[in-house]
Amino acid sequence: MHVPDGFLDAPTSIATGAVAAGGLALALRGARRELDDRTAPMAGLVATFVFAGQMMNFPVGAGTSGHLLGGAMAAVLAGPWTAMLCISTVLLVQALFMADGGITALGTNITLMGLVGVGVGWLVFRAVRAVLPDRLGSVAPAAAVGALLSVPVAAAVFSLLFAVGGTAPVSSEKVFVAMVSWHAVIGVGEALITFLVVASVVGVRPDLVYGARSALRARALEIRGPAPAAIPAAETP
Amino acid sequence: MGAGHGHRLHYHGHSVLHRAPAHLKLVTLVTFMLVVVSTPRGWFPVFAGYLLLLLGLVALSRVPFGYIGKRMLVETPFLLFAVLVPFIAAGPRVVVLGLSVSEPGLLAAWGLVAKGSLGVLASLTMAATTDPQDVLTGLRRLRMPDLIVQIMGFMLRYLDVVSAEMGRMMTAMRSRGCDPRSPRHWPVLARSLGALFIRSYERGERVHLAMLARGYDGTLPASSPRVASGARVGQGAHR
Repeated sequence: MHVPDGFLDAPTSIATGAVAAGGLALALRGARRELDDRTAPMAGLVATFVFAGQMMNFPVGAGTSGHLLGGAMAAVLAGPWTAMLCISTVLLVQALFMADGGITALGTNITLMGLVGVGVGWLVFRAVRAVLPDRLGSVAPAAAVGALLSVPVAAAVFSLLFAVGGTAPVSSEKVFVAMVSWHAVIGVGEALITFLVVASVVGVRPDLVYGARSALRARALEIRGPAPAAIPAAETP
Repeated sequence: MGAGHGHRLHYHGHSVLHRAPAHLKLVTLVTFMLVVVSTPRGWFPVFAGYLLLLLGLVALSRVPFGYIGKRMLVETPFLLFAVLVPFIAAGPRVVVLGLSVSEPGLLAAWGLVAKGSLGVLASLTMAATTDPQDVLTGLRRLRMPDLIVQIMGFMLRYLDVVSAEMGRMMTAMRSRGCDPRSPRHWPVLARSLGALFIRSYERGERVHLAMLARGYDGTLPASSPRVASGARVGQGAHR
């Protein structure tokens, strides 16, 4: 759920707006390093994928369904800076064209989901990758742990912002406990979906997965000897 | 595959609001919402004034109220949350309709609903009366980094293409007898998402190559905005 207008007071919104602008400037530079002149079309299409992916409903049972947030997943698939750029652009489009998330809360939403969500997801992913053996098989589990933690951490940062600039007289401990425990549950679903999606992409096209590059490089190049002379080249079309 | 040129995000029209330059509308929207957010929630008549102002603008734009009303459903989850606030908030309790609720909580819930709804209404009025391409031109004029504007442009251009691709995947899945109704189907859905990522990524690579073939050097050629400034409107009048 996106933060709407009027949830946090104006000074907090402006401050998070400044944080978001700074983070976006960093992400722009980082994404150019990751993608060079492919940045605009590639980040554009990955952002579109994240947006469309958020529309896919995962049934939870009893008629309810949830959807992916995709911060950690985008970081593992496309690289952390590109992912920050993509998620922020998705939030920008959602706020400007669909009124999903307030226009004055845009900085808050970008900070929480674009910067904190993606950043925490990527750092946890890197930490878990450092512990697990450097194989393709450990990419999806590490991505899942990243997703599992990124959602409640973003919720915790929101509670912090709420304690500073919240507009409802609800005690900040209550908000913290409710937000973090509820988002821990969401994090479990997010981790499951992230695991399944990343595993399916790693299974088919590991070369596209940014987080799997070190594992791919670790593969030894296999040089096979020349084909046996018994099969003349003319016979194979 | 050639989808994505419809008026899905805005309501086509020719009112004064439609013709106003996009960058002015963007600045007005942000300024207006900052004022709304900073208004103390006890000033009830002021909020009524804001609402009347917005409704007047919607009427002026001749966008049907039903169109905006339907799209305002996006704030439903937030409204549900706001309803909870009076029950969990601190402070002296009052009894309303036989329920004991917190008095400051009730006021806070009103503030959340009023400011949130005004924000949604204002943003939707802006979105309904502005062509997405004009919004991009406006953002560029407001010194938004060019790369972000380009990414937004690609996103708007391929939104319908990629969502239609996902729709075809779901149709294919259903026609093969898989109707996702329980968490047991998550692996199937997730594999579709994985396939969608690969297709989107490869489409991005093809788009990039096609752009290079047309001389892309990091900046997009500025497309002439239909209504950018008073000067252009004046030019149009002479034709």
